[in-house]
Amino acid sequence: MDQTEEKYPFYETFHIEGGNFTHAGSISSRIKRILKNEGFPNQVIRRMAIATFEAEMNVICYARWGILNLLVSTDFLKVVVDDEGVGIHDVNQAMKEGFSTADERIRELGFGAGMGLSNIKKVTDEMLLTSVVNQGTHLEFTINVVNGNPA
Amino acid sequence: MKLETLVQSFELEVKTGSDQLHQEVTGGYAGDLLSDVIAHSARGNVWITIQTHPNIVAVASLKDLAAIILAGGREPDPETLKKAAEEGIPLLISLLPAFELIGRLYQAGVPGIVSC
Repeated sequence: MDQTEEKYPFYETFHIEGGNFTHAGSISSRIKRILKNEGFPNQVIRRMAIATFEAEMNVICYARWGILNLLVSTDFLKVVVDDEGVGIHDVNQAMKEGFSTADERIRELGFGAGMGLSNIKKVTDEMLLTSVVNQGTHLEFTINVVNGNPA
Repeated sequence: MKLETLVQSFELEVKTGSDQLHQEVTGGYAGDLLSDVIAHSARGNVWITIQTHPNIVAVASLKDLAAIILAGGREPDPETLKKAAEEGIPLLISLLPAFELIGRLYQAGVPGIVSC
């Protein structure tokens, strides 16, 4: 880390517009750039890029809007995503690889494979998902900078 | 193997990123499901797909892929071209269908992610 430790932790907030596929991936790209500038290890950046991309896509595919909060500290990175949307009926089922409720339009774009949440689970050290049907979904995950999940 | 060698050997049309062709290709990955590519492709891979929408650029950029190769002569969406140019991602087109292209790339020594 090339900066002094006093600037940590810091927060960044990103707004995600549901249904807008044109800029899909732009938030995860921005987060990747931030972490690169801060000098985090490549492995940590790679895992964050995967997890934030999937989280961003979930809001775009299934919600009206969402907010992604990023907390950057020297020891860990934390992301909290809250959206207003259809929600998830059965969180455990949604976590299973291959389970998807995506419609044809989403699938044609190459999304909706039912891998998003399990991808997030794989690359993070902690993950929490709660949802209220027809209201929205709350997702948070943490990636440890040292001694993290090697995935 | 350098990306420009692949461009020449396989007569790939370079749509964007012509200044990025000096990159070393670490291997290849194929798929049209973005989550699958996000999960399994590796840095420096060429990615063979038939998806043409702008989100493929986001995936390639996030995973530091060497290039996107659109199989079957598919043309990228205008927005995809714009984004790829902005991000400096080489976007290449092959007239070969995916299976033929991948088979020939593999034969030419571009490895997959599993070493055998």
